[in-house]
Amino acid sequence: MTSAVSFRAVSRHFGSVRAVDAVDLDIPAGEFFAMLGPSGSGKTTCLRLMAGFEQPTGGAIAIHGRDATGLPPWRRAVNTVFQDYALFPHMTILDNVAYGLMVKGVDRATRRRAAEEALDLVKLSGYGARRTGQLSGGQRQRVALARALVNKPSVLLLDEPLGALDLKLREAMQEELKGLQKALGITFIFVTHDQVEALSMADRVAVFHQGRIVQAGTPEEIYHNPRSRFVADFVGSSNIMPPALTARLTGERRWASLRPELLRLGRWEDGLVLEGTLVQSSFLGAFRRLAVRVESEMLHANLPAGVGVPGEGSAITLSFDRSALNLLDDAP
Amino acid sequence: MSLVVGAEPLSSRLSGLLWRRPNLLILLLLLPPLLWLGLIYVGSLFSLLLQSFFSIDDFTGQVTHEVTLLTYAELLRPSNLDIITRTVTMAALVTVASAIIAFPVAYYAARYAKGRWKAFFYLGVMLPLWSSYLVKIYAWKMILSKEGIVSWLAAKLGLGVLLDGWLSLPVVGGNSLSVSATGTFLVFVYIWLPYMILPIQAALERVPASLIEASHDLGAAPGATFRHVLLPLALPGIAAGSIFTFSLTLGDYIVPGIIGTSRLFIGQAVYMQQGTAGNIPLAAAFSVVPMLIMALYLWLARKMGAFDAL
Amino acid sequence: MRYDRSTAPLLLKIAAAAGLLFLHLPILLIFVYAFTTETRSFQWPPPGFTTRWLAVAWERPDVWQALMLSLKVAAIATLLALVLGTLCAAALSRARFFGREAVSLLVILPIALPGIVTGIALRSAFGLAELPFSFWTIVLGHATFCIVVVYNNAVARFRRLSVSLIEASYDLGADGFQTFRHVVLPNIATALLAGGMLAFALSFDEVIVTTFTAGQQQTLPIWMLQELIRPRERPVTNVVAMAVVLVTFLPILLAYALTREGEDTAGSGK
Repeated sequence: MTSAVSFRAVSRHFGSVRAVDAVDLDIPAGEFFAMLGPSGSGKTTCLRLMAGFEQPTGGAIAIHGRDATGLPPWRRAVNTVFQDYALFPHMTILDNVAYGLMVKGVDRATRRRAAEEALDLVKLSGYGARRTGQLSGGQRQRVALARALVNKPSVLLLDEPLGALDLKLREAMQEELKGLQKALGITFIFVTHDQVEALSMADRVAVFHQGRIVQAGTPEEIYHNPRSRFVADFVGSSNIMPPALTARLTGERRWASLRPELLRLGRWEDGLVLEGTLVQSSFLGAFRRLAVRVESEMLHANLPAGVGVPGEGSAITLSFDRSALNLLDDAP
Repeated sequence: MSLVVGAEPLSSRLSGLLWRRPNLLILLLLLPPLLWLGLIYVGSLFSLLLQSFFSIDDFTGQVTHEVTLLTYAELLRPSNLDIITRTVTMAALVTVASAIIAFPVAYYAARYAKGRWKAFFYLGVMLPLWSSYLVKIYAWKMILSKEGIVSWLAAKLGLGVLLDGWLSLPVVGGNSLSVSATGTFLVFVYIWLPYMILPIQAALERVPASLIEASHDLGAAPGATFRHVLLPLALPGIAAGSIFTFSLTLGDYIVPGIIGTSRLFIGQAVYMQQGTAGNIPLAAAFSVVPMLIMALYLWLARKMGAFDAL
Repeated sequence: MRYDRSTAPLLLKIAAAAGLLFLHLPILLIFVYAFTTETRSFQWPPPGFTTRWLAVAWERPDVWQALMLSLKVAAIATLLALVLGTLCAAALSRARFFGREAVSLLVILPIALPGIVTGIALRSAFGLAELPFSFWTIVLGHATFCIVVVYNNAVARFRRLSVSLIEASYDLGADGFQTFRHVVLPNIATALLAGGMLAFALSFDEVIVTTFTAGQQQTLPIWMLQELIRPRERPVTNVVAMAVVLVTFLPILLAYALTREGEDTAGSGK
């Protein structure tokens, strides 16, 4: 099966700024794909390149196997849910949703029916006559979703889809989007700077940094086997071990990362041992977070809340399984 | 699944081309207005400028199409220099007076007027601004005439002597207010006042009220606050407004023709030279004067940040 | 001494009120004089009031001819200015390109330079081009300085029009023309209408440039100017003056109502 979207060495330079720099990407049809990265990492530009709002300065973009270079946005079977929703303020909700069908010349009755169905799909039946100003942020987003889905796109692009919503709504919407994607079988590609969102929703995640994809894989791979200090640090929190420390523990002079929840208190058999001073101990509900000074490094450990911990300032011993230590590709 | 939706109509192909070449789109958008303004307007200005380097043959009264600075030399004759100084002095006085009258209106509208009153002030300035220019002049002809409302009011208040005394003064006086330089001045101030109020108001609206209160808190008397805080902040607005009042006064030939003395202003000189006198080169040279003055003025105003308040 | 936050000092109130009165009293006076029985002078107070001059002015063919010419010129000039001003605003509102400043200066130039310069420049150009004075020479001049009014209104609205709305329209399958018709135009329509009204009012009232481009034709302001220089029937002039004030107030108030919500400062760039 051909990829829904594929990038071959795609670049988008703005003057001397390399917003996207030689990116290769293959997104299989039907996948829920996340582009994760801090702001300015190139993820949004990639999305805009897919939609056709930007044109690559180098490389080739194919959508379902066909070259999309030079194809304007209105000729792409790709639809976008905008970060600010971009609902047309001079139209009713129904007209907004029916817009794509209207410009394609679909007759009034048919597009009305289709728009109402799309509103049903996002649980906004009966809102068609309202104006955009009369809706809440969450409702607007659903309208934006319906407006894109009514065109039956083969790829749906979502730009920070949950960014503007509050926490509760965001969690509900995450599940809903996931359910919708499964039900419709459309390729969903979304951009986010929120690693929790990316890990929880996506089938696969690409992590962007400085215009490049630094790692792509399933959420599990990304989380458990980050390949660089950047990914280890950006996705979840990690203890970054400098080569000297790793060498003392394993004999290999490499950078390594270690998730704080994989550390245990005390000396364990056939585990690797860290000895240091407890600097700070904070209670965080589900767990207790310790800050421990080991040699010149400050490491963190998340321990189950019930574990008894020595007082701040006293010596502490932590150990972890050899497999918990993830060696990184960064040059030592 | 198909990538392309349907067959491509011409409008889509055309806008696709423009989408791929955004600079072409901008060029196409700008072409008609640029042709209009660049060709018709700037072309006309250049032809005018060119004429000012021609001269008129004193015997035949025909324009000699040879580049010369003779016409500009003629501009420096005492009688012509007189016209220029008179106009520039008038423009400066009108500008200062407009700024003084405009400031309280603008300040009140910017700082104290809220909601309904804000709209009232806005329209209160906008309606006179857009009212017919000639009708406004006509109204002042009524007001300033010998038998008009000002004379009547002066007589009622027992100030008739004062008015007559003022009118008997040289330069500013005249037979009645409507044929005096004072009258010209009043009408200029009246007509250009809204152009001064709006930019000052725009500039003052950008001053947070807290800044003024801070000045009071720091112990500054109202006078000091005005001098050290308000005035500097309003200055870009005043400068922007003065561009209008100055430029409009410099180029006007109708107001001094209807209300004022027989002493000429630049605009009138241009009008007469091109009309009755038929001396287009001198008219052109004369009209270069306000352009030069305005160029200098705009350059100064730019340095004072006047363009931000336009 | 400290000011209250919300109330102005008395002196400022008086000065502001005086300023506004100064702006409005002369215009009110026009309304009084339109009904005076005095025909030879501007005598104050008017010796008596009459409405008979309304009828006399109504019957005057020269007034009607001048009015019709003014309306026609204003309508055509406004249409031209609408097209040219909108094109300019669309190009300049977002794009950054070399020479952008020069183009915006070019748009403002016709009102930044004294009217007499514009007038005589156009006249000498018509002379060089051996173009005889006609309806179109008047329109040419008027459209030139009306462009900026439309431009000012349109550019403010274009800047507020979010780019993502246009992208959304493209994204949903609308090409450039469809997007202009269904998204851009409805969103800038009121600004264009307001700009058009102001351009109309500006053209309807213009006299300085017109004296150079009209030849023997009489627009209403030219008619008025001639009455001012050589009065024929003063009471008729009084009535026409009042009518002109009323006619120009309408588009201004409408333009204000149209742009109020957007807080564009309609007309501040006259």
